[in-house]
Amino acid sequence: MSESRPIRVLLAKPGLDGHNRGINLVGKALRDAGMEVLYGGMRVTPEQVVEMALQEDVDVIGLSVFSGGLMTAVPKIFKALQESEARDIPVIVGGIVPPMDERELLQMGIARIFGPGSDLDDIVECVRELARGRAKRETA
Amino acid sequence: MFKERDLEEIRATREEWERTVLKTVMERWPERREEFRTMSGIPVKRVYTPEDIAGKDYVRDISFPGWPPFTRGVQPTGYRGSLWTRRLITGFATPEETNKRLKFLIQEGQTGLNIIFDNPTTNCFDSDNPICEGEVGRDGVPIDTLRDMEVVMDGIDMRSVSTSLIIAGPFVMCCYIALAEKRGMPIKELRGTLQNDMISLFYTVNSIAFSLPDAFRFSTDVIEFCRRHIPRWNPISFIGYQIREMGCTAAQEIAFTLASAITYARELIRRGMQVDEFMPRFSFFFNAHNDFFEEICKYRAARRLWARIAREEFGAKDPMSWLCRFHVQTAGSSLTAQQPMNNVIRTTLQALAAVLGGTNSLHTNSMDECYALPSEAAARTALRTQQIIAYESGVTNTVDPLAGSYFVESLTDKLEEEARAILDKVDEMGGMIAALQAGWPQREIMRAAHEYHRKIKEGELAIIGVNMFEESEEELPLEILRIDPSHEEHQIRMLREVKARRDNNAVRRSLDNLKRAIERGENIMPACLEVVKSYATIEEMMSTMQEVVGRGEESKHAFVC
Repeated sequence: MSESRPIRVLLAKPGLDGHNRGINLVGKALRDAGMEVLYGGMRVTPEQVVEMALQEDVDVIGLSVFSGGLMTAVPKIFKALQESEARDIPVIVGGIVPPMDERELLQMGIARIFGPGSDLDDIVECVRELARGRAKRETA
Repeated sequence: MFKERDLEEIRATREEWERTVLKTVMERWPERREEFRTMSGIPVKRVYTPEDIAGKDYVRDISFPGWPPFTRGVQPTGYRGSLWTRRLITGFATPEETNKRLKFLIQEGQTGLNIIFDNPTTNCFDSDNPICEGEVGRDGVPIDTLRDMEVVMDGIDMRSVSTSLIIAGPFVMCCYIALAEKRGMPIKELRGTLQNDMISLFYTVNSIAFSLPDAFRFSTDVIEFCRRHIPRWNPISFIGYQIREMGCTAAQEIAFTLASAITYARELIRRGMQVDEFMPRFSFFFNAHNDFFEEICKYRAARRLWARIAREEFGAKDPMSWLCRFHVQTAGSSLTAQQPMNNVIRTTLQALAAVLGGTNSLHTNSMDECYALPSEAAARTALRTQQIIAYESGVTNTVDPLAGSYFVESLTDKLEEEARAILDKVDEMGGMIAALQAGWPQREIMRAAHEYHRKIKEGELAIIGVNMFEESEEELPLEILRIDPSHEEHQIRMLREVKARRDNNAVRRSLDNLKRAIERGENIMPACLEVVKSYATIEEMMSTMQEVVGRGEESKHAFVC
């Protein structure tokens, strides 16, 4: 991420559910904060998510899922990122995540999980920090 | 409703009251805020008086329960005759597990079934399609073939229960019909409801198996078929619930729900049906959100507005056509992950609003639904909530007890008026399908959702545990339902066994017939029924349909920000 361009975030919905209130709200909050939001669509495959992330050179990936599909999608996304040598793109998750899955997702390497009732400002701040952290690592 | 002289006296007294005690109190103890509004933003006055409903005509606007315009309910005796149907949404893991839970709930006093299907089924995919990995049985019960419906309903008498199927289109409905036939039961005796509102599902859960016009056509086929063959079945339930869950206002919820009903009614008339042939079995599905009075008034306004539309705009003559009969679900989006026990109390208030608003059927959410599907213990508490309202609280003793309240009548009017204005706008745009294709309802709803979240953020709307009375470190006091991944394997095994056992020639023949029926523009239901009876899978049926009409795609208005 260079200083000259705004933070770019890819928001997408892997899995088969169609709930989009959350992703729309988060999208607006990030845009209002000056970020560039790319919408990846609903019911996308893990491979499609990674392909879009690379193509658009995003700083952060945000996944919104309200179904069990998350637990199978996340390892595949990380695997595809790894294969493209882009494992450093941070991935965050929003939606309904059972507590036992939460622990597992964090262990897999998800940077943060935002459940129901999360503060939009926290999400914006988190994305900003993750993007900044990645930029620093890149420069180093 | 009041004599001019009485109103003058009321006005004079009010003015005196404002000049004296009110003024004194306001000077010394100002009110907590500058203005008060409902959750949807309608201004609420300090106090309501006969002046606020002076223009009302009791007989024309309020009248009696079970009498036009049905403001006070669709049943003349309200809950004194029979209570609302208590049905909890059920469906998870496998048909076997779901069957067990259904039997448990019947034993615990549930009076109707309400079955929800998993994401693969809702999207018309078979459980063994790789795209479904990790999703089978997670959000509902999987139905791949007729075999799964046989298991779900095993040991349950289909004559004595009414069943609500939370899904659209022909496949699952045909499974239910085919099962009745297999059991030797005349299908005309089936009772229940199919959700089937493809217009609302298009923009709420963003169904994309088919384009909106094709999905609309197939769901209308189901209505037509059911009206001819299953007289006591509600072949569609117009969805306000999901629209509200997207964050819309109470008036938008009424308007967009009725807009869908109007669209289906026009199409059925275009197909040659008489309005009184189908409209008596129209049913509706609303949300119960946090603003207690606004919700009560919403139900009253929806009933009155629908009665007026059915009579005045569609010329319906059968009083059954005028009834807005509805199911209510408490608002899932109002539940908080923080301090989840509070959800029991929220749900109780929402359920009470639904009951005071005269609901015909009710689902109460469980306290743990911010984390997962309900555990058995949490589901039991949710059912008990309804039973306490029904049997202990006394609110069922008289019909529409809040009628005549100056505030309630005034807010009911306001909501009807706002909803009517939205419906006019939809008509101006060329109807609901055209409006959706232009993205207008989606944008309006998202605007309301942003406003709702802004209010929570700025503390204008209180959410206990979220923006008030938060606790920093919380232990989750609940046991969460865990759906074992082995259920998915089991379901796939069962699907493969069915495929190995069935007569594949019969499957092929039935699918070919379906294809021809679609091409010829016939009602697809008879052909779908044959498909289901051959034990074809849901995805085989969908693919065949897509071969003729193509598949849908995500609306460009799904992401609005």
